[in-house]
Amino acid sequence: MVFSKQLRKDLTGYAFILPNMLGVLLFFILPIIFSLVISFTDWDFTWGIGNWNWVRLENYFQIWKDQWFVRSFINTVVLSIASVTFIILFAIVFATIIDAQCYGSIAIRLAMFMPKISNIVAVSIIWVMMYSPWGPVTQLLKTLGITNPPKFLGSYTWALPAIIFMMIWSGIGYAVMIYSAALQGLPAEVYEAAKIDGAGPIRCFFTLTIHFLSPTTFFLIVTTLISMFQLFAPIQLMTKGGPGSSTSVMVYYIYTSAFSFYKMGYASAMSWILFLLLFLVTLFQWNYQKRWVNY
Amino acid sequence: MNIQRTTKQLLTRLLWTGVMGFIAFTMIIPFLWMLSASMKISADVIKLPIKWVPDYFYPDNYQVVWNLAGKGNRNYHFALSYWNSLRITTINVLGSLITSSLAGYAFAKIKFRGSNTLFLLYLATMMIPTQVTLIPKFVMFSHLELIGTIYPMILPGIFSVMGTFLMRQAFVQIHEELRESALIDGAREFIIFRRIMLPLVQSSLASLAMVIFLNNWNNYMDALIFLPNWRLYTIPVALTNFFDESTVTYNLVMAASASALLPVFIVFIAGQKFFVKGLVAGAVKG
Repeated sequence: MVFSKQLRKDLTGYAFILPNMLGVLLFFILPIIFSLVISFTDWDFTWGIGNWNWVRLENYFQIWKDQWFVRSFINTVVLSIASVTFIILFAIVFATIIDAQCYGSIAIRLAMFMPKISNIVAVSIIWVMMYSPWGPVTQLLKTLGITNPPKFLGSYTWALPAIIFMMIWSGIGYAVMIYSAALQGLPAEVYEAAKIDGAGPIRCFFTLTIHFLSPTTFFLIVTTLISMFQLFAPIQLMTKGGPGSSTSVMVYYIYTSAFSFYKMGYASAMSWILFLLLFLVTLFQWNYQKRWVNY
Repeated sequence: MNIQRTTKQLLTRLLWTGVMGFIAFTMIIPFLWMLSASMKISADVIKLPIKWVPDYFYPDNYQVVWNLAGKGNRNYHFALSYWNSLRITTINVLGSLITSSLAGYAFAKIKFRGSNTLFLLYLATMMIPTQVTLIPKFVMFSHLELIGTIYPMILPGIFSVMGTFLMRQAFVQIHEELRESALIDGAREFIIFRRIMLPLVQSSLASLAMVIFLNNWNNYMDALIFLPNWRLYTIPVALTNFFDESTVTYNLVMAASASALLPVFIVFIAGQKFFVKGLVAGAVKG
């Protein structure tokens, strides 16, 4: 049998991607379709597969009347925006200083990077202890003269800020790494010229560095935002969404709805709302990248 | 005057090194505190003011953690969990490297019909968060009665859409002539892939391996949902259970956390070049 050249190419090509394609089909694409399908049902896992009623878009309307979901949605957005803002602010300053002025810059960056590679479970447990009444955070506040420091994770007002603080801590190192990589590519001649014109380092930072780093900043905002929207482990481990619903986030609520209450249809609908949120960020990235970013 | 200026420069550098060094140091305080608490006897952990260097070193905590082997109603076995984490991670890293590089190569180099459409489909699935597929995967694996085995962790785990994407990018950058001249010499496509192309993308493979290692080693949510009993627990889940059950033995909890973290720190510092490169590249997905 003689194969044409193109047919042979097709066969080789598909032979190469076959294992991968099967996996992606079975464990990514089919689940995605199934998730979309059951999001239009009232399916409870205990009823068994197929025993569901079609409720069309009911779930998607119902979740907005669900106080827990609305609170989780707001918390997710607040937490994400707050942590991303501080991570970017600290990281851009730290990275610039480390790059320009520090000995042992690799060691400093690596130390900052430690939280990123650490197991999130271990990190969450450490922070539960850090925030406990006998932990270092409370101790530090007492040393600074605050006689009655809040019970961070047990307090309705302070639990969310405490989680945000921890997320800032764990996110800075990565952003510093990315900024440092970007700083290597800045045009030295422009800085030389600015220096000759008498611009000091602070002036250079505000007029040149921020400008040149804007693509990186944009990239970091988008990626960090996406990962913050999907925050789960620290909430599940440190507060279980509490006290009340003060630290509940979307993924945590999806998790409890699906795997504690087996409301699979309802939870799937929520996961698609999460997708829409991430999709919005991505759309924003596609459309505004050129307008925002100064190359 | 020149000397004065260099001295001044040196001093500013030293000053900034001090400041940033201090900030970096405060950022690793949680880890130092973990180490310190893991070496204390239980009562000393909650003693105030905090003694950073314990009066009495008690490394036996580590021995206790590692020897608590599913005794009584305790639902963890640390050594077994280490083994579980190790085998799941190893299988997934090797599996993804193979499936991703094969598919990445095909997408980059073999102009087969439908490759563009398929690649677009791959890109589209990358935008769907893992939380969307979690419920269907759970339903599917319970239906197949695979909950209670490690298959729910490795069957999806040996495929990586992000990995396929990264490997495609790596192969695209290799010059076309290299492959064409080998084809003219009569080499089979797989031989070209195996002998010529793979060695050229070694550093991308290493970076991808690092990222997949980290993702799997630290994978908490999947393990929480798919692994129902302590014999199958990976380290993150074992740690959680240990933490939930040990309300007073904080020193043991810290010893367990330290046992989970230290190997990764060592691997990371040894392979930091690839780690950082891989994380920067992997971040394309977000």
